Amino acid sequence: MNMTTLAAKDEQTKIAVKNLDFFYGKFHALKGINLEIPENKVTAFIGPSGCGKSTLLRIFNRMFELYPEQRAQGEVLLDGENLLTSKQDVALLRAKVGMVFQKPTPFPMSIFDNIAFGVKLFENLSASDMEDRVEWALKKAALWNEVKDKLKQNGASLSGGQQQRLCIARGVAIKPEVILLDEPCSALDPISTAKVEELIIELKQDYTVVIVTHNMQQAARCSDYTAYMYLGDLVEFGATEQIFFKPSRQETEDYITGRFG
Amino acid sequence: MSDKHLSTQFDSELGDVSSRVMQMGGLVESQIHKAIYALSEFSVESADEVTAAETKVNAMEVEIDREISSIIARRQPTARDLRLLIAISKTTANLERVGDEAEKIARMVRSIIQSGSLRSLPSMELRVAADMASGQLRKALDAFARLDTATALAILKEDDLIDREFDGFVRKLITYMMEDPRTISPSLDLLFLAKAIERIGDHAKNIAELIIYIVKGADVRHSSMEQIESAVK
Repeated sequence: MNMTTLAAKDEQTKIAVKNLDFFYGKFHALKGINLEIPENKVTAFIGPSGCGKSTLLRIFNRMFELYPEQRAQGEVLLDGENLLTSKQDVALLRAKVGMVFQKPTPFPMSIFDNIAFGVKLFENLSASDMEDRVEWALKKAALWNEVKDKLKQNGASLSGGQQQRLCIARGVAIKPEVILLDEPCSALDPISTAKVEELIIELKQDYTVVIVTHNMQQAARCSDYTAYMYLGDLVEFGATEQIFFKPSRQETEDYITGRFG
Repeated sequence: MSDKHLSTQFDSELGDVSSRVMQMGGLVESQIHKAIYALSEFSVESADEVTAAETKVNAMEVEIDREISSIIARRQPTARDLRLLIAISKTTANLERVGDEAEKIARMVRSIIQSGSLRSLPSMELRVAADMASGQLRKALDAFARLDTATALAILKEDDLIDREFDGFVRKLITYMMEDPRTISPSLDLLFLAKAIERIGDHAKNIAELIIYIVKGADVRHSSMEQIESAVK
């Protein structure tokens, strides 16, 4: 497939994926992916289970290195620098490219410390600056009003939706540039989902957001660009409106209209 | 549609709503035919039948729109399913208007019959135009059922013919009225009739545009013929 380039000229590319192949042992999980993820936009990856969308997401912060016998070929450029070959410390990369997982994963500590923990790894803030940072992150994650009176409570005491927003706040607190969301709402009820989706749209003002979702309507609602993947191929990438109204590939149309299978 | 959804229920809902549009189209077509018959035979009876069918056409429009709302609410259709449902909703609105035009023709025919003195006026041309318009509508509905963009394009190209027929007819009526002022009142009725027929052609054209919208995802309303042709390609 040809390099998928962005239609609008005034958009900057944050992450450029070039001829990316990825293997788990002998399994060819991503096949020649070319993709440009624009800055300050929400890009959604959709596709059936096993299509490689989470694998691709996990390459962006080198989370894939946790898996044995994996191998990546090609280039993934974050602001022009190939993060596959970069000597940069992986912790620093992950501070720049934050991630939120499918199941909320609060640390077994207070709400306040959940957020302060990551910040302390990278910055040496005074107590009052830290308080400001925690408040700022919780406000960014639209959680402040719900937790401001119980910051000393354990993070696990929050509801699922609040825990997920806490994880987003934790990611935001260290001021990343990119936020990766791997099925962030699949364990949440519709109201919490709506809050997280609102938040995603808010977050793109300051960050580049990439979201993997099984929920196509969620991709339709909150992303600017959508990539449809199938069996390790990037089938189609384009403006979300176009993908959901008139996709150019028949395979994409079959999948999003529910004719797949 | 050949390929199926994972949900067979969704398929059958879309199938049902599509076939109801065809039923409604059939009903409206027979209204036009009866209106044309009433016009050529000066038959009050046929004119009354056209008026009687009106309620049924209106009820079908409401019913189809209700089904469409229900499918959208429950299925969140996308891509061609979404385009199909939007196009169906607009098609039923166009068909309902065609029904209104047929009813208008029936009303005019009754008024002309009551006024008494008509046979000398050029209703022959009107019949030709009416056949042309109803032929266009028939073609549009067939093309809708088959999602046939080539026929849709042909319909858009032919709409001009009805418009030209209408212009010619108006010129002729003016001559009649100038020659004999006693024909002014029935001529005005004929003018309204001709306008109604011309509108039927326009509605057929709108439906043809909707077919291109469903299949190609291109909105070709208010576009030049070159733009439409390149959209269909």
